Amino acid sequence: MKKSAYLGLYVVIAILLILPFVLPNSFYMDLAIRMAINAIIVLGLNLLIGFAGQISMGHAGFLGIGAYASAVLPTHFGWHPLLAMGAGVVVTGLLAAVLARPIFKLKGHYLAMATLGLGIIINIILRNEAALTGGPDGMPVPALGLLGFDLTNDKQWYWVVALLLSVSVWASLNLIDSPFGRALRALHGSEVASQVAGVDVVRYKVAIFVISAVFASLMGSVTAHYVGFVTPNFADFFHSIELVTMVVIGGMASVYGSLVGAVLLTALPQALSSLEGWETVAFGAILMACMIFMPRGLVPTLAAKFGKGN
Amino acid sequence: MALLEVKQLSIQFGGVKAVQNVSFSIDAGIVYAVIGPNGAGKTTLFNLITGVYTPTSGTILLDGEAIQGKAPNELARRGVARTFQNLQICMNMSAIENVMVGAHLRLDRNPLKAALRLPSITRRDAELRTESAELMRFVGLEQYIDARADSMPYGALKRLEIARALALKPRIIFLDEPAAGLNPKETIEVDALVRKVADSGVTVVLVEHDMKMVMNLSDRILVLDYGKKLAEGSGEEVRTNPDVIAAYLGTHA
Repeated sequence: MKKSAYLGLYVVIAILLILPFVLPNSFYMDLAIRMAINAIIVLGLNLLIGFAGQISMGHAGFLGIGAYASAVLPTHFGWHPLLAMGAGVVVTGLLAAVLARPIFKLKGHYLAMATLGLGIIINIILRNEAALTGGPDGMPVPALGLLGFDLTNDKQWYWVVALLLSVSVWASLNLIDSPFGRALRALHGSEVASQVAGVDVVRYKVAIFVISAVFASLMGSVTAHYVGFVTPNFADFFHSIELVTMVVIGGMASVYGSLVGAVLLTALPQALSSLEGWETVAFGAILMACMIFMPRGLVPTLAAKFGKGN
Repeated sequence: MALLEVKQLSIQFGGVKAVQNVSFSIDAGIVYAVIGPNGAGKTTLFNLITGVYTPTSGTILLDGEAIQGKAPNELARRGVARTFQNLQICMNMSAIENVMVGAHLRLDRNPLKAALRLPSITRRDAELRTESAELMRFVGLEQYIDARADSMPYGALKRLEIARALALKPRIIFLDEPAAGLNPKETIEVDALVRKVADSGVTVVLVEHDMKMVMNLSDRILVLDYGKKLAEGSGEEVRTNPDVIAAYLGTHA
């Protein structure tokens, strides 16, 4: 990877620094926070889908585990929110690691089905364990305290999420351009060649699955605290599909594509809301047009067009 | 003792006995060729020895250690490298990154250290990049050091596979038809490259259809036909063996 890949990081940081001063009101502030949260989840998912060439159709399940860890543990058991967040990450990581071994023996459609099933099972558990989770109605989440004061207003949240996003972009760029990242991309390019070169392919698939699941769990916790309320919809099938769509529209195997995909698909439903009842149709039409005219995703297609490589 | 010893090796796919009771041994430092008509089982034999297939029966000893059924990445750890008849280049990566993947086992592969871009990781990567560029020059790809893999011509990609295999620092390298699909000039260049690889101390095992190249390079030759060993010996012995002549040219009725 070229040094120029890191130029984008400075652009992202610059935008994040300017944004709160140009956004007219709290509605846009809220939208920006949700975009950033989605962008971090999609970054993690793109490492799995775009770079390593594997698929997860159940990633919202991991997001749900993180969100509910942050809701249930402090409310029912009196845990500190940060400890609860950590517990969510550990549980998600272990679950992903244990399940990934059998799941990644599968390929293609079978892999998609297995991960889809995993997400649905998590969603069903969250819906049915009503005594703990509040069932389909969901439950409130206590405020997140950091360094002695509670995160309450949008401005505070914005800076926390902006910092997380900047660090995530930097870490993703680093990871891709490292021995670990090359092994991931190589097993995507040719599994047998990477194996012959010494890459333990199952181990690497498991590792990146766990990493991307942990990204999702962590951001599930953040979302839960930010919104102040969780429902099983956090973990439902449509949310998983939405996340995969963000990866594909933005551009597979593109760090900045992940950001663009997350920003566009978070904003689009808002932009189309004036269409009253037709927004879903318009949404679908736009996605189809994107895939027909830019099958590699927005960022890779545009980058190729303007001859800038990655 | 031989570096590689294959005893009574067989594999069966359903009713097809692709390799049957094949035995041979390869001494360290030589160029060993495997030849035979199409479908004789040459690539299957390579896939068995390099761990891509698990044999139905038989043993494979590398330096006295049984390695049959071990995964390719475990064999890579023991210094076994290979190239592929149908190219297996990672087209989603640059040319030099393909070579760098070959050095996978010699690097610190910790994802956490990588995500934090620790100096130890970046320094080693910079060294490896220089080393890989050197390897690309060694195989004659100096003009492609900054190229993307998917922009390179076929002949160059065949060499890129050899460079990737060499990045492993192998003791033994399996080359599956390195000259297939190349023009006569390119074939002569690959011939010289294989000689260079052998001279650098790596044991070379070669599957090739270009007889001139095989006779020119090989210290010993194994002939397979219908999955069975037909003959083994020096170029001269194999060339004059009546069974080999019959398999290649047919016999009088």
